[in-house]
Amino acid sequence: MPIRCEIVSQDRIVYQGDVDIVVLPGSAGQMGILPNHSPLLTTLQYGVITIRIGKHEEIFAVAGGIAEVQPDQVTVLADSAENVGEIDLQRAEAARQRAEEALKEGVGMDQDKYLAIQAALRRSNLRLDVARRYRQSRQLRNN
Amino acid sequence: MSSIREMRLRIRSIKSIAQVTRALEAVSASKVRQATQMVNATHPYAEKAWKVLLHLVRQPGHTSLHPLLTERAKKQKALIILVTSDRGLAGAYNNNILRYAFHAEDEMMMPVDFIAVGRKGRDLLIRRRKNVIAEFSQLPTPTTFMDVSYLGRLVVDDYLNGTYDQIFIAFTEFHTLAHQQTVIRKLLPLEVTYANDGEGGYNVTHHRASSVFTYEPDDRLILDQIIPRFTAIQIYQSILSAQASEHAARMVAMRNSTDNAYELTGMLQLEYNKLRQSMITSELLDIVGGSEALVKSNS
Repeated sequence: MPIRCEIVSQDRIVYQGDVDIVVLPGSAGQMGILPNHSPLLTTLQYGVITIRIGKHEEIFAVAGGIAEVQPDQVTVLADSAENVGEIDLQRAEAARQRAEEALKEGVGMDQDKYLAIQAALRRSNLRLDVARRYRQSRQLRNN
Repeated sequence: MSSIREMRLRIRSIKSIAQVTRALEAVSASKVRQATQMVNATHPYAEKAWKVLLHLVRQPGHTSLHPLLTERAKKQKALIILVTSDRGLAGAYNNNILRYAFHAEDEMMMPVDFIAVGRKGRDLLIRRRKNVIAEFSQLPTPTTFMDVSYLGRLVVDDYLNGTYDQIFIAFTEFHTLAHQQTVIRKLLPLEVTYANDGEGGYNVTHHRASSVFTYEPDDRLILDQIIPRFTAIQIYQSILSAQASEHAARMVAMRNSTDNAYELTGMLQLEYNKLRQSMITSELLDIVGGSEALVKSNS
């Protein structure tokens, strides 16, 4: 029996479909959700959501959010989420460098700005990390 | 002679104005479509977040209310986020929302500060000597969630630290190309009731709230996270909807001015033709008179 999985970010539906297992970065660590899981609400950390349908796997980079689990459904309200395949490595790298430079220059006492830059840095690091790790393994498998 | 040339020039210039306004109308039409698509794209997240919120608030044993959900007993100051356009040529679009917002301000019976989204609104608020605490103008197009999430955080912070007891957003809601409505919605404190469904437009499917949920880390922290996000997405939706309305209003204004220009050229053309005709007639009369005089003098 499959479980319904929906990943939505503020401006689009990132993924929806019936899957066998969802692994997501809950507040207490990675957790795997199988069908008939007991109801659960959890905040999400920065990390990776893995969805498996049979032998097929989908990987998403997610930058925080909230997940709601029902026995037949997982809903992820992500602050930002992308499929690994969608990640533009060059753009992510450029964003990371921009953020790092901005941090080096310093932002004075502007705490909001500091937090924003740090969030941007974390997001782009996550993207790069996920993209490198999972694209490589996918290529290996294909060869 | 000069009047007939002036007239020709006028006809030509009006025709070229009609061309420009027609082009602007077409541009706005496509922008409306783009903006409505973006509004629709935000619906899934807003709907699901609303569902989770309802669930959290209505669960049995939920006692201590979250500060962002509690109506304050003493209301001393309010904040209105006023969404207008950056550019003009949109008919009565900006005036309507402004008048509506001032009317709402009068009814609140307490001091009100403003946040202006859009240059037109900012200028008009300042001219009326209103207290504008922040301005978000020239938002990039297409406007992304990141562009307005800061605004969301700002109002949540200002609400929590007690600067304001109520926070509203006034904007023009897009219904159809011919129908937009000025509305004002309360953002904070957030009212989580089923009565909100009709107004907010969220289709709430019944949540099986009877099942016992596990919360990680706990329900309070989840509320802490989800309410500011919900506020931000409400603001985002409102701004997108207002943008769709702006383009629709501009489209209608441009269509009207194109029609007017055509009407005007028609009238001018008629007058021009008459003038030309009478000139030809009088010239002919001159020639005939002249030649008749010649014939007479010859005989």
